Amino acid sequence: MTPDLEQTPLLSVELLNKSFGRQQACRDVSFDLWPGEVLGIVGESGSGKSTLLNAIAGRLSVDSGKVLYRTGANSIIDLASASDAQRRHLMRTEWGFVQQHARDGLRMGFSAGANIGERLMALGDKHYGKLRDTALDWLQAVEIAPERIDDLPRTFSGGMQQRLQIARNLVTRPRIVLMDEPTGGLDVSVQARLLDLLRRLVQEHNVACIVVTHDLGVARLLAHRLMVMRRGQVVEAGLTDQLLDDPQHAYTQLLVSSVLSV
Amino acid sequence: MAEMIKVENLDKTFTLHLRGGIALPVLRNTGFSVHAGECVTLHGPSGAGKSTLLRSIYGNYRPQSGRILIRHDGQPVDIVNAEPRVVLEIRRRTLGYVTQFLRVIPRVSTLDIVAEPMLARGAGEQAARARAAELLTRLQIAEKMWSLPPATFSGGEQQRINIARGFCAEYPILLLDEPTASLDETNRKIVINLIDDARQRGTAIVAIVHDAETRAAITTRLLPLEAQGVAA
Repeated sequence: MTPDLEQTPLLSVELLNKSFGRQQACRDVSFDLWPGEVLGIVGESGSGKSTLLNAIAGRLSVDSGKVLYRTGANSIIDLASASDAQRRHLMRTEWGFVQQHARDGLRMGFSAGANIGERLMALGDKHYGKLRDTALDWLQAVEIAPERIDDLPRTFSGGMQQRLQIARNLVTRPRIVLMDEPTGGLDVSVQARLLDLLRRLVQEHNVACIVVTHDLGVARLLAHRLMVMRRGQVVEAGLTDQLLDDPQHAYTQLLVSSVLSV
Repeated sequence: MAEMIKVENLDKTFTLHLRGGIALPVLRNTGFSVHAGECVTLHGPSGAGKSTLLRSIYGNYRPQSGRILIRHDGQPVDIVNAEPRVVLEIRRRTLGYVTQFLRVIPRVSTLDIVAEPMLARGAGEQAARARAAELLTRLQIAEKMWSLPPATFSGGEQQRINIARGFCAEYPILLLDEPTASLDETNRKIVINLIDDARQRGTAIVAIVHDAETRAAITTRLLPLEAQGVAA
């Protein structure tokens, strides 16, 4: 039918469950993520969307379910039952994770250049001049002046820190990047710049993303597809504009009608 | 000429859960088809479902039942039941949608906004920019504005930029929702010519146009729609 589309997903989450005591944070969540696809997860605070993201990344253990990832070497790994070493290796190479607060995702005691170079060094890249050149390229890609390369991230503004965190993640050309409220703590004007940058980088590098956000405007701009979560369950999923323009579920209708204009 | 769109037994009802679950039936058992080189204009009173039908064809609204077959790569694909990535692929290469409202993306220049759909269809950077420049010129957008993001432009300018964007990629199918609304006489004529050129190239067009003169100028077939009404 459409032969140029990929035949196998990059990631398949199957019936994922996660509880905290009696609180069920994720209930029977299943979905596929395709190469280059940006999936937005929306819902209000406490809906389970961040828990889902952390469970997929292996930062939280799951109670049941599978997180099947097709690696660059084309083998399938269930991250829910993979060894810590296996998972750590993937997280350093083929995966990225952008935290809401840049200080959680950066090494605040290292220079901007070292923050970008760290993942490359972990992969065995040791040539100082080359690392520095790559860091300079990436600073430019995320619109940070090259002369800031030796400065510590804490001398950066919030927006710059977030852009540095993105560079630090994308430098190893990951195949999947997970983002938890990437524009969360930023001023609106700074958000627009970051969003535009993210949109462009994601397109250029054809990287698949899962973006957790409570901001439907961010979802509209970044995501190809959305999942709406409520009380740990996916209540509706579909193409981004379908879901926002013709919401079917009562909760999605409530979410969409609660914002001024998206 | 090839059948580009075939709508079959389409039902669309909006259920407003926040209004006590009230159901608004808009389309009932709607069916028609559009061939290459045709411009079918949807006609009917306000509330008859013209925009709903157009948005359903684009895959933006989800009908409850029925099919909408879109000829994509020479094969009919049902956009109502296609998975999201297939819908996006059909939009990227086959199906264009032009409204009077430009969705402005922060910091992207006018020329890039117009060229983007053609690039996405696989054209080279140079060809896409040349075509974008040609359309902007034709739609009387001054060259000094091309490098600027259109956020601060007037409504009429944004509308013409959106039209340029819609026509840039030369999709086999075009859906037009009031493309000439609020344009002045000169620009309306320019857009009518653009629509006519596209049709003569073989583009299949479905349009909603309120202005009778424009409608008469572009339409090859009129499709009447009747209001369903809540009581019906």
